Amino acid sequence: MVVFERPHALLDVPLHYCPGCTHGIVHRLVAECLDELEIEGKTIGIAPVGCSVMAYDYFGCDVIEAAHGRAPAVATGVKRADPSKIVFTYQGDGDLASIGTAETVHAATRNENITVIFINNAIYGMTGGQMAPTSLVGQVTQTSPYGRDPKLCGYPVKICEMLSQLEGPEYLARVTVNNVARVREAKKAIKKAFQNQIDGKGFSLVEVLSACPTNWGKTPKDALKWIDDAMIPYYPLGVYKDRSADQENR
Amino acid sequence: MAKLTFKTDSCKGCGLCVDACPKDLLEIAKDKINRKGHHPAQLKEGADASCVGCASCAIMCPDCIITVER
Amino acid sequence: MSEKVLMKGNEAIAEAAITAGCRHYFGYPITPQTEIAAYMAKRMPKIGGTFLQAESEIAAINMVYGAASAGKRVMTSSSSPGISLKSEGISYLAGSDLPAVIVNAQRGGPGLGGIQPSQSDYFQATRGGGHGDYHILVLAPASVQEMAALTVKAFDLADKWRMPAMILADGTIGQVMEPVTFDFDIAPAPEKPWATTGTELRRPHNIVNSLCLQPEELERQNFARFDRYAQVEKEEPLCEEYLTEDADVVVAAFGIAARVSKNAVDEARRQGIKAGLIRPITLWPFPKANFAKLVGKTKAIITVELSMGQMVEDVLLATKCRIPVEKCNRAGGMIPSSERVLREIVEASQGGEIPW
Repeated sequence: MVVFERPHALLDVPLHYCPGCTHGIVHRLVAECLDELEIEGKTIGIAPVGCSVMAYDYFGCDVIEAAHGRAPAVATGVKRADPSKIVFTYQGDGDLASIGTAETVHAATRNENITVIFINNAIYGMTGGQMAPTSLVGQVTQTSPYGRDPKLCGYPVKICEMLSQLEGPEYLARVTVNNVARVREAKKAIKKAFQNQIDGKGFSLVEVLSACPTNWGKTPKDALKWIDDAMIPYYPLGVYKDRSADQENR
Repeated sequence: MAKLTFKTDSCKGCGLCVDACPKDLLEIAKDKINRKGHHPAQLKEGADASCVGCASCAIMCPDCIITVER
Repeated sequence: MSEKVLMKGNEAIAEAAITAGCRHYFGYPITPQTEIAAYMAKRMPKIGGTFLQAESEIAAINMVYGAASAGKRVMTSSSSPGISLKSEGISYLAGSDLPAVIVNAQRGGPGLGGIQPSQSDYFQATRGGGHGDYHILVLAPASVQEMAALTVKAFDLADKWRMPAMILADGTIGQVMEPVTFDFDIAPAPEKPWATTGTELRRPHNIVNSLCLQPEELERQNFARFDRYAQVEKEEPLCEEYLTEDADVVVAAFGIAARVSKNAVDEARRQGIKAGLIRPITLWPFPKANFAKLVGKTKAIITVELSMGQMVEDVLLATKCRIPVEKCNRAGGMIPSSERVLREIVEASQGGEIPW
């Protein structure tokens, strides 16, 4: 009996990501959720600009490639045009937390009934390793060659914490995929973010701390460890908002 | 006993599966090069019998190249 | 609505869009076109449509991009500075071959400029506005009735050619009230098999995309798109000619400038001067053939524009510079008076110097 295989919603084509890049894991988790919730046929994905720009070649559902940072606005257009469809965006940190901050915040505050998968790997990957809005203090990148200096470029943006201050969003969670148990946790969060949309609950964002071995200058194994050592202390994992659960508990 | 199938030509040799295996049954085949030019992952020689099909390797594989049967 | 009603131009655009089957509007407030958003905000919820005030013009045009990808008739509207913000999205619409309607009620620029009527976004509209090789359809109404009619036409043309279409209006026609009817024959929107509406697991996935990393393929796409543009240029130019047949002096103007000019032409005729008016209704495709016909007949062309002179370049190109052209322009929100246009006509008819 097959206990693990490529999900139907992940097309059988080679991914262009670097060795050890965890984009591929998150792609698979999204696809597994589309399979298990039986929604692939009515799902429209929105691809960003950044490393996952070509996500449209990988997901079996219909996909729209958006301008840099605008995926939540494009998703809003699709969802409002046909609310019976399932709409998700898949965005990196430059896309979601820098150039597209306004679109992110306003889709959240409108409680737009969409699912947002946010890959935070603290770097611009596609352009070759520049400082991201989420790069850590002291982190050396092409554009912060002496380490990110908060006096010059401020502090890394904490999206889940920031959005959790809004009334609007339904569900905000930060997960990572740097070991098997956490991949399972990440999948639960992603599945919930889709289920929320199916149930009409509204804006659900899952931030995934993700590894970029190439631009971090680390081996794939060390990159996973760096998530534990450097990222999680600044970006704690957990659920930052779960309106429905909070209401039940009250 | 479980069976692992590797789509070897899509492997990028990142080794995340090797680290994920709780029984240390996988390795990067340093003597092989796939079509992409990577040393691919494989089951260590004689390790078939020890694999229980927990799928940890497949769960950590970013390129979804491992199929697990039990 | 087949009876005549008195309406502002901006409201006529909104009602015409609804008549044309547009059920999705995304916008952001900016003077002088906010009536369109206000009208949509009132009407859309009553007819099961979407009105959404976006967080910015950039977001609004990208919402349009999403709804257009989903195969719906969709519209946004703005005024000059807002259109600059939308230009990125318009380039993406063009690059992804998506139909959508964008209204620009132009105001004076550059920069924040003013809020009075202008036509100084002619270059931006007819040359694309955003980055890359592309065109959009550009329609220039000169009355409230035309605001309505051309809006309906814009939806049809956009769907037909899979292109964004712009209503290039101005603050005056947007604000003025005139009688209008909405008695249009509405053709149903064509099938859109390319739309991202969900595969239902019955077809390969559709992708809406403007990214293409292979230069050979991107070039092929651009050539194919321009073949389509060539077809549009053949089939779709619209132009009104008024008393041009025997005219010595032809005034070239579009939109509100054409209305001012028409009065001047009438007065010139009363004074015995053979004057005429040529009014491009589509600015892209530019009605080149109508202008080319003037060569050898017309002694002078006067371009009347609410800008420093932009359409004048297309007039020179269309006539291959074989007719002297004089500019009669105001800018910054000012409108040339028909008296001033008349003076130019009189001067030109007397063979006055063409200074450039």
